[in-house]
Amino acid sequence: MAEHMEHVEHSEHIGSSGFYWLIWAILIAATFLTAWIATIDLGAINTVVALIIATCKASIVVLFFMHVKYTSEKMTKAVLIAAVFWLILMLVLSLADYSTRYAG
Amino acid sequence: MSDRAGTGESPLVLEHEDRPELRHHFADVVQQRNAASLGMWWFLGTEIMFFGGMFCGYLIYRRAYFPEFAAGSISLNLLAGTLNTAVLICSSLTVALAVRASQLGKRKQLVNLLLATIFFGVCFLVVKGFEWRKEYTEHHIPTFYFDTQDMAQKSPNLHIDPQHAKIFFSLYFALTGVHALHMIVGIGIFSVITFMAWRGRFTPEYHTPVEIAGLYWHFVDIVWIYLFPLLYLIDRRPGA
Repeated sequence: MAEHMEHVEHSEHIGSSGFYWLIWAILIAATFLTAWIATIDLGAINTVVALIIATCKASIVVLFFMHVKYTSEKMTKAVLIAAVFWLILMLVLSLADYSTRYAG
Repeated sequence: MSDRAGTGESPLVLEHEDRPELRHHFADVVQQRNAASLGMWWFLGTEIMFFGGMFCGYLIYRRAYFPEFAAGSISLNLLAGTLNTAVLICSSLTVALAVRASQLGKRKQLVNLLLATIFFGVCFLVVKGFEWRKEYTEHHIPTFYFDTQDMAQKSPNLHIDPQHAKIFFSLYFALTGVHALHMIVGIGIFSVITFMAWRGRFTPEYHTPVEIAGLYWHFVDIVWIYLFPLLYLIDRRPGA
C-alpha cells in the first residue's frame, strides 16, 4: 500500500498495481456474470440487466483505468459528460420517433 | 502567466531550459500533459458519436425485426464472444499497469506490459477471424450467397425473414469490422509506443504518449463491452 503514496511530481495520480488487479477481477467476473444471466429467463428484463452490467463495466473502466476519478482537469469531465449527453440525446429521440411512428 | 514569461530569471523560463521534453508554447509539463490528454478526450467524443450512429441504427432495427436479431445472435459463438471480452479486459489491465510503469520510470516493465497488450490485441483479432470464417462457411455474410436455413433450424419457434436477418448481419459485420479496425490501429500505435519505450524515450516526467494511447485502447475496450451483450446476448434464454 506504500506504493499508493508515491508521487513523482505535480500530484499526478499513480494507482497501486493491486488496485488495478482488483478492477480487472471485477470486470472479468461481470463478463461471465452477464453471459450467465443471459441464459436465465427473466422476460424483458434480460436486455435491461445486460445493459446495466455493460454500463457498470464501462463506468469502472472510465473512472479507474482512464483515471477520470483522479483527474484535476475539469475539462476532461466536461468533454466526457457532453459526449455521453449527446449520445443519449441521439438514441432517446431516435427511439422515441420510431417507437411512436407505426402506432396502431 | 504572460507577465512572468517576459523576465529572463523567471522559474518558467528556467523550467523550459531544464526540460527538452517541454514544448515552448506550454507553461509547464502539467499544462502540456493536460492539453494532450484533453485532445484525446475530444477525439474520443467524436468516436462516441461515430459508434453511436451505428448503435442507433442497430437499436431501431432490433426493435423492428426482433425475431431475426434473436436468431442471428443465437447463431454467434457465445464462448468465443465471452472469451474475447475477457481478453480485451486483460489488455486493458496491462495498459493501466503500463501507464503506471511509465509514471514510475520502470522501463523494462513498461516494454513487457506494452508487448503483453499487443499480444492480447492480436489474440482478440485471431478469435474474431475464426468467428468470421465460421460465419462465411455458414453463408451468414450478407451477399448473394446469404442463407438462413441453419438459423431457422436452430430457432424453430422464430419466423425468419432472410431480408431482415441480412440487416442483423450487415450491422454485425459493420460494428465488429469497424471495431476490429480500431484494434488494428491500436496495435499499430502500441507498436510505435513500445519501440519508443524500448529506446528509453519515456521518463516519469514525460510519458504522455503512453497515457493518451492508453486512453484510446480503453475506449476501444469499452466499445466491445457494449458490443458483446448487444450482439451475442440478444436472446439466449432456453427455449427461445
